Order: sequence, then structure tokens, then C-alpha cells
Amino acid sequence: MQITAFWRNVRFLQALGQVVFVLMLALAAGFLYANVSTNLARQGLTVGYDFLTNPASFDIGESYISYEASNSYGRAILVGLVNTLVVSALGIVLTTFVGVIAGIARLSSNWLISRIAAAYVGVIRNTPLIIQLMFWYFGIILQLPAVKEAVALPGPIFLTRRGLYLPGFEATPAFDAWKIYIWVALASLIVIWLIFRWIQNRYDLPPPLWWYSAYLFLPILILWVGFMLQPEPPLKEMIPELAGLNFRGGLRLTPEFAALLFGLVVYTGSFIAEIVRAGIQAISRGQVEAARSLGLTTAQTLRLIIFPQALRVIIPPMTSQYLNLAKNSSLAIAIGYPDLFSIANTVINQTGAVIEVIVIIMLSYLSMSLFTSLLMNIYNSRVRLVER
Amino acid sequence: MAAIEMQPPRLSVGPIAWLKKNLFSTWYNVLLTFLALGLLYALLKPALQWALTEARWGVIEANLTLFMIGQYPREQLWRVWLTIYMLGGMIGLSWGIWKEAARGFALIALGAGLAFIVIGLLLNSNVWINWLIADAVLLAFYALGRILPQRGASIATLGWLLYFPLIFLLVAGTRFIPWLPPVNTNQWGGLLLTLMLTIVGNIGALPLGVLLALGRRSKLPILRYFSIGYIELIRGVPLVTVLFMANLLVPLFLPVNLRPPDAVIRVMIGFIMFEAAYQAENVRGGLQAINRGQYEAAQALGLSGALTMSLIVLPQALRAVIPALFNSFISLFKDTSLVAIIGLFDILRIARSVLAQSDWLGTHREVFLFAFIIYWGFNLAFTYGSRRLEEAMGVGKR
Repeated sequence: MQITAFWRNVRFLQALGQVVFVLMLALAAGFLYANVSTNLARQGLTVGYDFLTNPASFDIGESYISYEASNSYGRAILVGLVNTLVVSALGIVLTTFVGVIAGIARLSSNWLISRIAAAYVGVIRNTPLIIQLMFWYFGIILQLPAVKEAVALPGPIFLTRRGLYLPGFEATPAFDAWKIYIWVALASLIVIWLIFRWIQNRYDLPPPLWWYSAYLFLPILILWVGFMLQPEPPLKEMIPELAGLNFRGGLRLTPEFAALLFGLVVYTGSFIAEIVRAGIQAISRGQVEAARSLGLTTAQTLRLIIFPQALRVIIPPMTSQYLNLAKNSSLAIAIGYPDLFSIANTVINQTGAVIEVIVIIMLSYLSMSLFTSLLMNIYNSRVRLVER
Repeated sequence: MAAIEMQPPRLSVGPIAWLKKNLFSTWYNVLLTFLALGLLYALLKPALQWALTEARWGVIEANLTLFMIGQYPREQLWRVWLTIYMLGGMIGLSWGIWKEAARGFALIALGAGLAFIVIGLLLNSNVWINWLIADAVLLAFYALGRILPQRGASIATLGWLLYFPLIFLLVAGTRFIPWLPPVNTNQWGGLLLTLMLTIVGNIGALPLGVLLALGRRSKLPILRYFSIGYIELIRGVPLVTVLFMANLLVPLFLPVNLRPPDAVIRVMIGFIMFEAAYQAENVRGGLQAINRGQYEAAQALGLSGALTMSLIVLPQALRAVIPALFNSFISLFKDTSLVAIIGLFDILRIARSVLAQSDWLGTHREVFLFAFIIYWGFNLAFTYGSRRLEEAMGVGKR
């Protein structure tokens, strides 16, 4: 049996390489740690998360959870996180619509439509988002007329430099009593879905088509019973109207929120448009021709043949665009929307807790990213091509 | 014969047929066309009206130098011009030697030079002479490249390798050369700073990115998990937090007795750290595209692991990812505008400072549109040049 010298043994060398790598990492970490602690000691700073419970004593422009200046730093950061989540979630939904429409428009047989879509994609993709945000905020929204001369769009939607006013719904006093019916209606939907799935698995065939009307029928029935017992509706429409110097009623989007949301949606939409276009073009022409020869209409071909197949190509890059949108919402600091990053920045300036707050920021964005990619991976595995 | 008497089918050519085919083919296309026309009219009419009558474009003309180089000392301006002449020379030389591959970039550079000559003449500024020199240098080096012997390719490669360190030296200056006094990095600004950040960020990140990509595909678990951890951490957080971290933490991480580097250098470190993770993923894509047979053939020839990597695999992998690397160049070029948040005077921050001048209050649209045009034009030109290069190299064709 041939014995290899240990310095020629591949496994030994590999193990040695890793040990050396770990040692180097440990040395570097130790060096950095020593530097940080001397530097912090010289500046008279200590590392720790005690500051989170101290009163923040700064105001935040808008928040979806209750907050006032006497609340703690921890609460302030939480407000920022919620603000980031709200704008990201809304942005992801809206940008999907914009992107898909622009992507299809890019392939339209109508020359004008496809040129407009191409111009949108070409200009928006090639300029920095942060300048776009500033353009929308300083150049457009803050230049809108004052409340008195608001631009009125059908809806009614009012555009003013103080913000955007949209119609919306608000809860009436009867909303609490209605909660039970809404929950029962939702629960019934889940129960129907479970029953159908059980039937499908048990008898290995889909339930008859008319059964699906139960999805529609049962919730309506429950809500109707609710209406009999509780005549006052749970929600009331709110229409913005000019009252004195300001608008009353309706939803108000602050200029910062409106500019950020609009900028993120327009920017990410241009990337999604390219993804959608590439996904549709990846479907071989034969698929379209086969569908047409089967007598499907253009709309049917798009809906039944092209889209389900294109989805597989589209979803992975789409996920990273959603993540980009959430990450790009950190540019809110440039236009003064109080998102996680901008509030954390204020906290650093006030407390000097650089390391701690940067760790909080990074962990928040990282967990958001991981959570979104988890959801999209689950969805992706459901639409993936099942190979035989 | 009857067939000869037949008229050609009507309306298959000509503008009306084109309109019918492309705009009015079906009832919903007619509807869409009119909707789009209405939308364009509603948007473009006020926009054009504003641009031609209300807009105060004087703000751009008055601050053009500021936009281009920020607070860079005006008496040292010749150094910036010299980098442009050298770029012209290198592009011309590459055009002469590699012909097809560099032609896109060369035509763009020539055209841009001509456009700037015209603009300079129109604005009554002396810069047209500088651009004329740049174009002349380009053409002269093109001629030189054509007559150069076979060694040409290696000379040009060496030239490009030297070019980037050289322009950095030229712009930054050094204490050791009396006629090249150091220019503090906080005086860099405008498009100059933007381009320096882009170049340093991309070139500095490439070696790190290659190492991380190799680490991620390594069989050694510790190396692999370290690379995965680094790449996913950086890709999971926004760039602005990485820049922020570099800006605030680099001074903390350095030994006490060492003078912390300037903000520009700190931000460059941040860009390199960030870009390395993305380029690692690009390179990994290229590595995955290499056929197993290549490894086996290299092994059969008796090459060691390191030689296989550096002679066989990496050259092919890097060639395959050239389009992705160009894309990341463009996206980093756009991303440099984030340094305005840290407080560096790139184009965006200059724009903000111009808006604070008392003469030009309220010219937000003009200034931001100008910034858009710089970025858009540069990206368009770069995309065109790189696409021609990819076509000539046959990337993705084989």
C-alpha cells in the first residue's frame, strides 16, 4: 500500500487551509475588536442597548402606530420599521400592476403604445432613483397648487402641495359588532377550500364546477344574515371635500409618502416591465401558434398558454425586484419620509450609538429580505415546472 | 393573361398602410392609439411649454463647471483634461488594434467630442479647444494603432491596465511630484467624483468578487459558508446602509494612532465591499456555465487546481460574464448618487447646493432634469459601446 506524505495528502491540506483561514479571520476580528474598544473608550462611549428605553424626544412626521416624542428610542425605531413596511408592501402591489402592464405594452402590436412603453423603460432604468425621488418631491409635488386651488381629478382625488387627498372608507361605530360576521365569512371560505381539497384527494377528481359557486354564495349569505341582524353597515365611504383652509374626510397621503411611493413604483415598474417582456418572449412561438390553431382567442392565449408558462421565468427575477424595492425605500431619507433608515439616522445622531443602531438596521432589512424570498420561494415551488 | 392585369394589393406599402397596420389594425388598437395620443398631448404640451418658455436654463450654464468637477482647484484643471486626452488616446489605440470590438466606444467618444465642440462654440466657451484636442488625439492614436506591429494588442492591454491607476494618480496628485500637488479628496466633486467612484468601485470589487465566487463554490465548508454569509448579508441590506457603515465605522475599526481616511476613501471602501458581493454572483454565474469537460480535460493534461482555475476556467468564465459586468458598471454609476446622503459633493449634492444659490431658487426641475440627462446620456452611450463590444467578441454566441 502506498503511503502519501502528509504534506501531499489532499484532505490534510484542505483541513490545514481551513484552519489557517479561521485563524486569519480570528486575528482580523480580534484586531478590529481591539481597535473599536480603544476608539470607543477614547470617545467615552459604551456599547449596549440600554439607550433604547430612553425617551426619544423628537417628533416623527407620520406613523401608523401611536407615537409621541416622550416615547422611547425603541418605539421610534419601531415606528420607522412600520413606515418602511407600509410603503414597501403598497409599493410591491402597485409596481406589479405598472410593470406587468408596461411589459405587455412593450410587446403590443400598436406601434405608439410599444414606443411609449419603451421610452418609459429606457429613461427610468438609466437614471438614478434618488434623483427621480427628488424630482417628484421637489420638482412636482411641492410645486403643486395650494389647497385652495387644488387640482381635482375624478374620484374625487385632490392634488395639493400639502398632500394627496383620496376617497376612502372608515369604520362606523357598528364595526365592532360586524367583526364576528366578517370572521365567520372568512372562516367559511377556508372550510370550503379544505372540503374541496379533501374531496379532490379522496376521490381523485375535481369537484363539479358549480360547487365553486359556494365560494361566492356562502360568504354573501353570512354577510346578508349579518345585515339583517345589524342594519348599520360596518364601513362608511369618506369623500374628501374642501372645508375652510383644508380638506376634510378622505385619506390624506403626505407629500413625502406620495413622492416615495410614486417614485418607487415607477422605478421598479420599469425593471419589472423588462422581466415580464423577457418572460413572455421566452415562450416559444410554437406555443402561440398551437394555441391559435386550437381556436383560442388572443386574450385566451395570453391568459391560458403564455402567462402560466412565462410565470416560471418571471418569478425569480421578480423576487429580487421586490427586494430591491424594499431596500430602495431607504432612500426616503433624501425627501424626509420617516422610514427605518432615516429614524435610525436621527437616533445615531442623538445617542452616538453607531454600532448598535447599524446592527439593528442591518438585521431589520436582512430579515425583511429573507422573509420575502421565503414567501416567493414557496410560491415559486408551486408554479415550477413539474418534470416527469 | 388575367393574372397580369391584376392590381397589386392595395395598401400594403406606404405611410397609410403603415398607419393602418401599426396603429389602427383592430377596434381596440384604434381606441388605444387615441388614448395614447390624448395622454401624450396632456403630458407633453405643458412640459414643452414649460421647457421652452418658463424654464430658467441659465442655471445650468452658470454652474456648468461646478457640475462637472465641483470644487476641484481651477488652476489644476489641466489634469482633468489630460485624463480625457489619455482616454481619447486609449480608445483610439484600441479602435486601431481591435477594430470591430472597440468601434462602438470609439464612435461614441468621437461623436460626444464633436457634440461638446458645438456646444462649447454655441456657449462661447473655450472648452471646444480641449474637446478638439481630445478628438484629434483619438484619431492620431487610431492611426498609430493601425500601423502598429502584431504586438499592438499587448501594448493596448498594458495601456488600459496602467490607465486607471494613472488617472487616479493624476487626479489625486502626490507630495512627491512638485508639479502634481495633492488635491484633497473633499475637493473632488460633480461628474468627476461620480466617475472616480464608479471606476474605483468596479475595478476594486472585481478581484474580491472573483475570490468570493470561488469561495462560494469551494469544497471547503468554512470557506464556502463564509463566502455565502458575506454575499447574502451584503445583498440583503440597502447600499445606503453599507455606505453609512463604511463612513461611520471605518474610523472606529482603524488603529487609534492612524489618521482616518477621507470621506471619499471611506465611501470607496463601502462601494468595493458592496459591489464585490454582486460581482461575486455574476462571476459565479459564469463559473457555473463552464462545462465539466473543461475541468476534466485540464486535469488530464496534468494541470494543478490553481492552474486549471487561472488558465482554463476563469478566462472563459469572465468572458461569459462580460455583459453582466457592464450592467453592474452602469448600475454602480447610478448608485454613486447615494453618496450625496453621506455628504459628498457628487452631481446630486452639487445640484442641491446650486438650488440653494439665491439667484436660482426654485429651479428644481431644470437642475434635476440636467442631472437626468447626464446619467441617461452616459448610460445610453456606454450601453451602445458595450453591446458592440459584446457582438464583436461573440459573447454568448459560442
